[in-house]
Amino acid sequence: MNTPRYGMVVDTRTCVGCAACVIACKTENDLPEGYERNWIFTETAGAYPDLGLTIRSERCNHCEDAPCVSVCPTGASHYGPGGTVQVDADKCTGCKACIAACPYGARFVDPRTNTVDKCTFCIHRVENGIPTTACQDVCPTGSIHFGDLNEPRSDVSRLLATREAYTLLPDAGTKPKHFFLK
Amino acid sequence: MRRRDFIRIGSAGVGAAALFGAYRSARIGAYAHPVPDPGTDGDQVVPSFCELCFWKCGILAHVKDGRVTKIQGNPADPLSRGRLCPRGAGGTGLLYDPDRLRHPLLRRDKRGAQQFEQVSWDAALNEVAANFDRIRARHGAEALALFSHGYGGSWFRHLFKAYGSPNIAAPSYAQCRGPRDVGFSLTFGTGVGSPEVTDIANARCLVLIGNHLGENMHNTQVQEFAEALRQDVDLIVVDPRFSVAASKARHWLPINPGADLALLLAWMHVIVGEGLHDREYVAAHGHGFDQLRAHVAPLTPEWAHPRTGIEPALIRRTARLIAGARPASLVHPGRHVTWYGNDTQRSRAIAILNGLLGSWGRRGGLFIPAQTEVLPYPDPAHPGTGTAIDRPAPSQYPLADDVLAQGICEASVPLTVGDPKIHGWMVYGSNLPTTLPNPPQTYRALQELDFVVTVDVLPMEITGWSDVVLPEATYLERHDDLNTPPWREPYVALRQPAVPPLFDTKPGWWIARELGLKLGLQSHFPWTDAESYLRERVRLTGLDWERLQREGVIRGPAQPIYFEEGATPEFATPSGKVEFYSSQLAALGFDPMPTFHDGEVEDPPAGYYRLLTGRAPTHTFGRTTNNRLLSEVFDENAVWVNGAVAAKWRLKDGDRVYLRNQDAVRSTFSAPVKVTERIHPDAVYLVHGYGHRAKGLTFARGRGIDDAELITRYKVDPIMGGTGMNVNFVTFLRADDVEAEDAAAGAGGHA
Repeated sequence: MNTPRYGMVVDTRTCVGCAACVIACKTENDLPEGYERNWIFTETAGAYPDLGLTIRSERCNHCEDAPCVSVCPTGASHYGPGGTVQVDADKCTGCKACIAACPYGARFVDPRTNTVDKCTFCIHRVENGIPTTACQDVCPTGSIHFGDLNEPRSDVSRLLATREAYTLLPDAGTKPKHFFLK
Repeated sequence: MRRRDFIRIGSAGVGAAALFGAYRSARIGAYAHPVPDPGTDGDQVVPSFCELCFWKCGILAHVKDGRVTKIQGNPADPLSRGRLCPRGAGGTGLLYDPDRLRHPLLRRDKRGAQQFEQVSWDAALNEVAANFDRIRARHGAEALALFSHGYGGSWFRHLFKAYGSPNIAAPSYAQCRGPRDVGFSLTFGTGVGSPEVTDIANARCLVLIGNHLGENMHNTQVQEFAEALRQDVDLIVVDPRFSVAASKARHWLPINPGADLALLLAWMHVIVGEGLHDREYVAAHGHGFDQLRAHVAPLTPEWAHPRTGIEPALIRRTARLIAGARPASLVHPGRHVTWYGNDTQRSRAIAILNGLLGSWGRRGGLFIPAQTEVLPYPDPAHPGTGTAIDRPAPSQYPLADDVLAQGICEASVPLTVGDPKIHGWMVYGSNLPTTLPNPPQTYRALQELDFVVTVDVLPMEITGWSDVVLPEATYLERHDDLNTPPWREPYVALRQPAVPPLFDTKPGWWIARELGLKLGLQSHFPWTDAESYLRERVRLTGLDWERLQREGVIRGPAQPIYFEEGATPEFATPSGKVEFYSSQLAALGFDPMPTFHDGEVEDPPAGYYRLLTGRAPTHTFGRTTNNRLLSEVFDENAVWVNGAVAAKWRLKDGDRVYLRNQDAVRSTFSAPVKVTERIHPDAVYLVHGYGHRAKGLTFARGRGIDDAELITRYKVDPIMGGTGMNVNFVTFLRADDVEAEDAAAGAGGHA
């Protein structure tokens, strides 16, 4: 069996930016008040009445060349199961080098532990028999897809094979495993 | 076995939890850098249905160590289908809101001063019963009125009927959906209900008239909206605001505010004129088509152009697109449609258009819902309850088929001649100062009334104006009556507590029953508790109570919901047909076919902008803006101002402003300006539900602007009494100037 390579695909055509993903992530992962692991980005283009609106549900990109991992002095930020990027809280000193290095603003310090926190791709579920993330499960528009990019029959692979997709800040050279469908 | 299977099968199973604990630790231990499980899976998973809005989605509440840790959609439920909107997912923010009402309260100072003392339930209910009996003895039971919004209101409606008052009003009628359902009833013989019978998922063309699906988050509709988008639906959105839905549309028609009816009529002109309507359907089911054809003959796209601001070519093109997809062509009826006071006629036009497309009763249009019957609990007949006192004369608003909440409010203040007719209010889950238009009138009624009692979960503004405040348990802590909505398939859903009530709060059924006993209505409350009441209804119907408790939902056999599947075309109109021409309206002196009257919708005065309002996906009006979890995403509204308007006023994005309306009413609080191209230059836009003033709402208080306080004018729909609220205009006051002026005047600031 091939090693999985987990990735996420968000369909911006159907996403309405309702933020159910943000709330469900907070309760699934018991996040502290005032902190989120995912968020909604919106951007308006044009002038009335010739307009366009982009809406994205965003989070850690679980980069293949993750600057947060390379700058981490203690090895707390590391590549975990399926190539996901994870933080080992026991090794994290809260130095924030990773926060400065992440071009996506995906990380924060959990005030309860003074260690860095971010999206885990719900790896605690995925590795334990639930193959979905909380944000994916709740999404009323079914816009969030998660799965194994190495598995050609997975939802994520099929969507990337058939639809036009992009990653954020490709020039940063981070090789995100989080994609957005146009 | 997947972990979810454990949860579903062993909803109350200690064994299952233990088993899966062992399973999990074995796997986690295999990794060098463990990512700890946040541990939010419940030891118990309780199925129920949501109350964060009124759609009633099936949920699964995870309970661990006596706390609800998270709420997921119940995959067995036909409305949530396992998914939730942000509000549903954020229900714990209500359950654990630190500002919740905790004890019964008795007023100590004048109304509105928000000075209360804690009392026992017995003392509080004795006070309510004594006042009810006193008012009934002096003025009759009909001098009492109930305002109710939310599913738990059924217990209080039962109480009021038993006590003998017909004055039971919900602001969801005349302040929201009423005109739509009257307009559709006049045309098809029945309204579209809630959840609406719109077959969005199967529509090939979908038209939204001011309906902001995606910001208005009725879960199943938004799920279907996304399905339709995935099927490349031809989406046409008519809105002066570039809504989220508009951004997904093939055609966004940025209409001049108030001109929707002109567009609808021009579309009919093109469709009928070019013979694009469903001739077979119209011949079989239509009534008055010839009159309609003559009526719309002069209403060309060129006629509509100066009124709507939409180019004639685009009107023609979209009309052909709409007709080309029929019958899977749905002109959505909308939901909050009380805009300009001519709303029944606009809703009629939408209904007529659907009739021309043959979409009523057809796949991809509006389906004929299925509903299961659950037998009632055997109960003595209610006393005769007479006519509600919600309108000056019975002949007024002749087609109102529900009680008018603002009419009850008006009947509660002394008239120029004679006494008020209503002397006491019970208010269940309705924050009337922000719900009814013209708040000064509401405050006047609240001062004049003999007695006001409120049942609520949070210390909303209305509680501050009450003599007695009864703290209700939240939906996660109580049973409510069974839900059997007309929908795609028949089903029954159960609301049951996930955790016991916190503090000294009580479920609505308990409050209503105890009050009933004190009012001598024992015979109307023959059951001892809601569980035994529900169990008996389920048993009488022949359903499995344990299964309902375990699964939350029992679905019935599928029934045909389209004519082509065998649903019977029946129209409960006077002609028994789809009424393009309404003799009923003609006989009452109204336009028998919708007519656009120039000048009916007033233009903004110079320097003022039409106040338009809507919703944020994370909130249900002011009911949820104190929810810390939901407000993390959206904690304050902003005043949407078009870029050109902002430039004229030298307003920058983020500048704080107060709004002042045409009647010189100024908002209590300020809000930031959102400079955006997404709003028509003649209008500003606010999300409804912000700017709470109640001291007890420690999070929401003072955040943003309450649109309701600026809606001092409303235009009443002469057909059914709906209150059109998009007839107010506002201008900007810089927050710095206002606050400096207030300080100079010694007002001590704006708060």
